[in-house]
Amino acid sequence: MADLTSNFVGITSPNPFWLASAPPTDKEYNVRRAFEAGWGGVVWKTLGSEGPPVVNVNGPRYGVIHGADRRVLGLNNIELITDRDLFQNLEEIKRVKADYPDRAIIVSLMVPCEEEAWKAILPLVEDTGADGIELNFGCPHGMAERGMGSAVGQVPEYIEMVTRWCKQYYSKPVIVKLTPNITDIRKPAAAAMRGGADAVSLINTINSIVSVDLDVMAPEPTIDGKGTHGGYCGPAVKPIAMNMVAEIARTPETSKLPISGIGGITTWRDAAEYMALGCGNVQVCTAAMTYGFKIVQEMKSGLSQWMDEKGYSSIDDFKGMAVPNVTDWQYLNLNYVAKASINQDDCISCGRCFAACEDTSHQAILMSEDRVFTVNDAECVACNLCVEVCPVEDCITMVPQAPGTVDERTQKVVVKEHGDWTTHPNNPSAVAAE
Amino acid sequence: MGNSAATSGIVSGRKDAQALSDSFKDLHAPLSDHEALVASDRCYFCHDAPCVTACPTSIDIPLFIRQIGTGTPEASAKTIFEQNILGGMCARVCPTETLCEQVCVREVAEGKPVEIGRLQRYATDTLMAAGVHPFERAATTGKTVGIVGAGPAGLACAHKLAVLGHDVTIYEARKKGGGLNEFGIAAYKSVNDFAQKELDWLLSIGGITIRYGMALGEDMSLSALQADHDAVFFGMGLGGVNALRCEGEALENVTNAVDFISDLRQAADLSQLAVGRHVVVIGGGMTAVDVAVQSKLLGAQDVALVYRRDKDSMSASVYEQELATSKGVRIIYNAQPLRVLREAAGLSVEFAYTETEGGSLTQTGETFCLPADQVFKAIGQSLTGAPEALALQGGKIKVDANGRTSAPKVWAGGDCATGGDDLTVTAVAEGRDAALDIHTTLLG
Repeated sequence: MADLTSNFVGITSPNPFWLASAPPTDKEYNVRRAFEAGWGGVVWKTLGSEGPPVVNVNGPRYGVIHGADRRVLGLNNIELITDRDLFQNLEEIKRVKADYPDRAIIVSLMVPCEEEAWKAILPLVEDTGADGIELNFGCPHGMAERGMGSAVGQVPEYIEMVTRWCKQYYSKPVIVKLTPNITDIRKPAAAAMRGGADAVSLINTINSIVSVDLDVMAPEPTIDGKGTHGGYCGPAVKPIAMNMVAEIARTPETSKLPISGIGGITTWRDAAEYMALGCGNVQVCTAAMTYGFKIVQEMKSGLSQWMDEKGYSSIDDFKGMAVPNVTDWQYLNLNYVAKASINQDDCISCGRCFAACEDTSHQAILMSEDRVFTVNDAECVACNLCVEVCPVEDCITMVPQAPGTVDERTQKVVVKEHGDWTTHPNNPSAVAAE
Repeated sequence: MGNSAATSGIVSGRKDAQALSDSFKDLHAPLSDHEALVASDRCYFCHDAPCVTACPTSIDIPLFIRQIGTGTPEASAKTIFEQNILGGMCARVCPTETLCEQVCVREVAEGKPVEIGRLQRYATDTLMAAGVHPFERAATTGKTVGIVGAGPAGLACAHKLAVLGHDVTIYEARKKGGGLNEFGIAAYKSVNDFAQKELDWLLSIGGITIRYGMALGEDMSLSALQADHDAVFFGMGLGGVNALRCEGEALENVTNAVDFISDLRQAADLSQLAVGRHVVVIGGGMTAVDVAVQSKLLGAQDVALVYRRDKDSMSASVYEQELATSKGVRIIYNAQPLRVLREAAGLSVEFAYTETEGGSLTQTGETFCLPADQVFKAIGQSLTGAPEALALQGGKIKVDANGRTSAPKVWAGGDCATGGDDLTVTAVAEGRDAALDIHTTLLG
């Protein structure tokens, strides 16, 4: 039986599923429900400095991209950090932590970029007994206009500076949460590392306008006729987040930096994929906001079953295993040849592969009078589009051609040896193959 | 009052008004907005979709479903009506289980087709409820066309001609239009007077006049129609009922199923409509199922539907057969009527069991009797009153692929003409296509 126990930069939790800093973790009531449901940890919704708390809009805060049957694919929000009093939050954190000593509680923080502000709040957090802090350098809406959130996360020097203050005035692990609203995620990650961060977590939300009300002619969510950009999250952002995670994990300078993965994690499989790309644990928000806290049961049982099937006894057994296989395009093997293959027993004759290939790709699928669809190897470039538009999973597969056989498209014999762009004759910068 | 299923003889009021109302409610409730979105999501938007090929009117089904899914049921309805102006009725009465939904790739893959019929109804109901007619007439051509029969074929033909700018006069023998949509078809497939509403909506295109009470051969003739119009279309359906050709057929309470269905459809109050305690229906098509089920719904205690061949040979679909049995109708296959007898308490029908050997139906020699207060004949309709000038084939007006008859400038379509199944949707397709050929001919 797989052991799901997580030790992330010294913070232990019974499983690697934490709730991300967000509305689900804004107060004691929700967090207790989360722990009762089985979550391994929470990152408490971001606290601000002492004083009158921020205020939120009194209109809609969320907008969504829906898939079939109104499944939530992408969620956009314009909610700010906690709008509750700092000391009430701190008291609640202390109480919950005392009652759930085995669970991880991380306190997310966002205060002005001044040493005094951090120096003031950190001892208060230390006093709660929480297991660590997460620096919110990511929120792209509202707080960024006040010089906080992603406004800090977009300047590596600020990240380094604030991280250093935190390490100076706080004794427990410091996690730096990164914004994706930058061009190269490796820069802020390296800055966090230089500042002494114990880990980074990513991604925070992406600048977004999720939809436009075509009657009001304003972005949604619409507040009295106006809208503003929000932060985008949910399943739709997972590919963007995983690329950023992989960039940090495969760059030598940051490769040892622990990562807490965030972005569209909805099932155990999503979590396993993040971990395969190097994450020590994962944080979840949108899936919980869509389905409630109970989903963690599937995440735990699914990850556990998969680990058992694969023979992994702990998360460390497979953490980062996919990282060496993330490479640059130029190193992909151009001598590898595959062809689409349609399993006629599974085919339901919808013809979507044909429409996609015929209209938008390589005219490599043939359609007979009686709606039998077959692949023309002489035209197939193995692009995979037919595989992805087919409604029946695994009905169309990509079959590699064995070395020694002839690629009917190019009339060339498939060779066993690796050959990539760096040595390709069409590459003006190619180096001679040895 | 106080009648029940067990009351002897042929009586009305076997159920109270509420029970009757429940029995005759919509067979398939309309989809709600949410249900329509969920159902539309299941369509794969197939390439060269099999459902379109299976539809006699070739409605672009993937497109209309996608238009529902993207929040434009009105545009969806227009896609439907462009091919089938009676798309609202066809959504209710089409045997989709043997047409579009039978070949839906999800039926093939999962045994659960996309609910094409119900989605079509959702779209067409949405537009019709808004009182919108999505077509406009072209400039008038000055040509006039005479149409015999205001049923599905005649109406589809008339509408297309009107859109194209011709003036149309429909001659209808009955006092109401709609044909079998109004006088045939089970009541639970067309509730809330839909056939008349659809007729009114269709006529709102303008340019179509219906002259009721005009029977061919009595009130007008082919030659008169030819003299008055530039073209003539026959869509008068099948007015005759096939005979059982067995002893006792002429006895009282041995009647035509189509007449009973028509009475039922026109009844203002179903509790006033009498039905037997024991009902025997002879036949194997949709009319047989319709009369059997409705007799049961009216409160008959026993309804037997007797068909001379086996289950697979029955022209009513498996779905219709299951509908009948689910309502309590007993279907007896492989039995042929020998005679109807007058008994003290009513009638009795004697049947012989049959079997098929080498393609021919033979009687096994074994017989049985069913008691009956009412016997309904539903063994098919036949063409009556076709003008002698028109060549017939197999008892129907002979037409070519464009609906042209043997007489110049005379077209025909629907049940009265050769070609296609006797379905509403087929009649619509034939009327529409004849209209296009008439248009080409008149302006050629």
